[in-house]
Amino acid sequence: MQAFTCLDSRAAPLNQTNIDTDQIIPARFLKTVEREGLGRGLFHAFRYDETGAERPDFVLNRAEYKGASILVAGDNFGCGSSREHAPWALMDFGIRCVIAPSFADIFNNNCFNNGLLPIVLPVDQVNALMDEAKGGNHVFTVDLESQTVTAPSGKTYGFEIDAGRKEKLLKGLDAIGETLQHAGDIDVFESKRAIGQPWLELA
Amino acid sequence: MAGKTLYDKIWDAHVVAEDGGEAILYIDLHLIHEVTTPQAFAGLRSAGRAVRRPDRTLAVADHNIPTEGQDLGTAGITDPEAKLQLETLGRNTAAAGIEYFGMGDIRNGIVHVVGPEQGRTQPGMTIVCGDSHTSTHGAFGALAHGIGTSEVEHVLATQTLRQKKSKNMRVTFTGAPAPGVGAKDYALAMIGEIGTGGGTGYVIEYAGEAIETLSMEGRMTLCNMTIEGGARAGLVAPDQTTFDYLRGKPATPKGAAFDMAQSYWKTFFTDADARFDREVVIDVAKLVPTVTWGTSPEDVIAVTDVVPDPAAIADETRRLSAQKALDYMGLTAGQKITDAKVDVVFIGSCTNSRIEDLREAASVVQHAFLHGRMVAPHVRAMVVPGSGLVREQAEAEGLDAMFKAAGFEWREPGCSMCLGMNPDKLTPGQRCASTSNRNFEGRQGPGGRTHLMSPAMAAAAAIAGHIADVREFL
Ligand code: SF4
Repeated sequence: MQAFTCLDSRAAPLNQTNIDTDQIIPARFLKTVEREGLGRGLFHAFRYDETGAERPDFVLNRAEYKGASILVAGDNFGCGSSREHAPWALMDFGIRCVIAPSFADIFNNNCFNNGLLPIVLPVDQVNALMDEAKGGNHVFTVDLESQTVTAPSGKTYGFEIDAGRKEKLLKGLDAIGETLQHAGDIDVFESKRAIGQPWLELA
Repeated sequence: MAGKTLYDKIWDAHVVAEDGGEAILYIDLHLIHEVTTPQAFAGLRSAGRAVRRPDRTLAVADHNIPTEGQDLGTAGITDPEAKLQLETLGRNTAAAGIEYFGMGDIRNGIVHVVGPEQGRTQPGMTIVCGDSHTSTHGAFGALAHGIGTSEVEHVLATQTLRQKKSKNMRVTFTGAPAPGVGAKDYALAMIGEIGTGGGTGYVIEYAGEAIETLSMEGRMTLCNMTIEGGARAGLVAPDQTTFDYLRGKPATPKGAAFDMAQSYWKTFFTDADARFDREVVIDVAKLVPTVTWGTSPEDVIAVTDVVPDPAAIADETRRLSAQKALDYMGLTAGQKITDAKVDVVFIGSCTNSRIEDLREAASVVQHAFLHGRMVAPHVRAMVVPGSGLVREQAEAEGLDAMFKAAGFEWREPGCSMCLGMNPDKLTPGQRCASTSNRNFEGRQGPGGRTHLMSPAMAAAAAIAGHIADVREFL
C-alpha cells in the first residue's frame, strides 16, 4: 500500500451530499481485472455528457483545478456499493485525500486499505474549506503526522483519526502481513471451532 | 453489567485476537463473485500467498452474466471484458480448490440468493462478500457485511478480517401490516425515516412483532436494504421460522447434527437487559405502499402522495440535491406519483427475486389477467429469478406461464437490470419500476430513471403502465 504522510495540493470543491459509488465510478467500468486505469471512469456522468463531450463547468474539468489531489465534498460521501474501484478510480485520477462531514463505512475502509486519506471535519469547517477552494489557484496542506489541514488563508483545522490506521497509513503497512503474525491464534481458533461446531467442517 | 445484544454475542464468538486497536475476527463464510475478486487473487499470487480455507469459500457468477443463453457458458458472452472477468474467476477458483457455481449451473444465481438457498448461510456466523448487499444474510442472525477487494484478499489469505466494532441500533417494527404492504415497504419507510447516512457506524437489529411474523424472504428483503440506510449489517434473531427454513437445505447439517447446530443457534439473541445506542420504532400498521421519487433510497413517498417540492426544503445543499434529482427523474413538484408513466418494469435483484417475491408479483398479475388485463402495451416487463433453483421452483408452480401469458419476459438468473453492467440496461430517459435496491443516477444504465418498490407494486405498474397503487389490484 502507498504510504501517506504529507500532501501539498490544490483542492477541488464538490458541493453535493450523498455522492454514491455509482457516481464515483459507474458499474460498466468495473469489468476489469486490473486496479489501474480506472481514472477514466471517475465521475463519468459528471465529467462527460451523453455524447461523450466534456462538461466544461464540472469542477474537475476546469483548468484551475487540474492536478488537484484533494477533494472537498458533502455529507455521506461514498455511500452505496462496496466496490473498491471507487478509491482506485480516485487514486488513479490523482486524488489522495477526500475531506467531507461524513463517509459511508465500507468506502471509508477501502480508502484506508489503499493509502487514500478520508478526513472527517464538522460541516461548517468543510463549508469554510469549500469556500477557500473556490478559484482553484491555491495550496492546501494535509499533514497526517500532526493531523491537520491548512487552508490557503493559513487557517489550520485539526482532524481525528484512529491511531492504528494512522500508523499503517504513515508507513504504508500491509494489513495481511500484520494479521499473519497472528497465524498461531487463527490456528487455535479454528481447532476450537472444529470441536464446538463440527457441522461447519462438513461443507 | 448490562446484557449483550445479538451483535455483541456474534462478535465475541469470533474475536481471534486484538491488534492495534482493531479486532481480528474469524470469518465463517466467504462468498465471492466475478467483479470484486480478480485483483484480490492477483494480489495473493504476487505475494506468494495461498487461500487459507477454500472449503469456507463459495463462488458464483452473477453481476456480469446475460440473462439468456446461459447454457452456452462463457462462450455465449459477447462482451470481452465480462467474459475475461468470468473466465478469470473460473481459473482462480479452480486453482485454489474453491467451489464455483458457474453460469448455467442450476445452483448458480445472485450471491445473496444462493448462500441462504444452499443452507451455507447459518445463524451465529460471520459472513463477508465483496458486495455491499451481503447484509442480506443478517436475516438468519448472521453478522454479514460487504467488504472491499483488499479485504477480500485479506480474508482469502487469513480467513479473518480486521474490524472495529460498530455501535448497536435497534429498529422495532410494531403492529400488523395492511394488505399490499410488506417487507420492501418496511425497508423504504425506515430509510426514509433515518436517511441514507442514518445507520452509518451501526449494526442494526430488527425486532418486534412485525419481524417475528415475517417470512425468511421478507427478512432478507429488509436486511438487504440495511446498507441503503448506511449500516453495514442488519440482523434478525434466529427463531423457529429460521430453523424451519434451514432444515433440509443442501449444506445444513443433517439428523442429530442439525439438533446440535440448532441448540447452538438458539444462543444468539439479545438479552432483555441489553442496551442499544439508538432505538427507532416504526408502526407498520400506519404504512402504505411506498415508492421512491428521487435518486437516493431515502427519497420515499407513499404511492398516494405527490412529488415533493424542493422549494420547501430549508437547507440549501439538500434543496439543490432534491431539485437535481427531480430534473434527472423528469418529474415535476406537485405531480401525483401515480401519473409517472413507466417504460420498463424489472422484477428481480437480491432484494426481491426469491420464490415468495415471484409469487407475490404473480398473484397481482393473475388477478389482473382474470379481469382481462395484460402488461400495458408500451411497457417492457421482465422477471428475473434470483437463482436457477428459484426459476425451477417457479416453473414447477406455473408462475412462469402466468407471467408469460400476461406479457412479461421470463429470464434466466443473475443481477440483470439491478445494475448496468450486463446486457440488461435502461436506455437514457427510460423510467423503470424496479424491485431492486438502488435508484442512484445511472444505476440501471446511463440516464435511466429508477423507482424502487415492492414486487406487488412493480407488477401493478406493469399492468397499469404507470406507477400504481397495488391495493387497486388486490
Ligand atoms: S442484484 Fe444488484 S444489488 Fe444484488 S448483488 Fe447483484 S448487483 Fe448487487
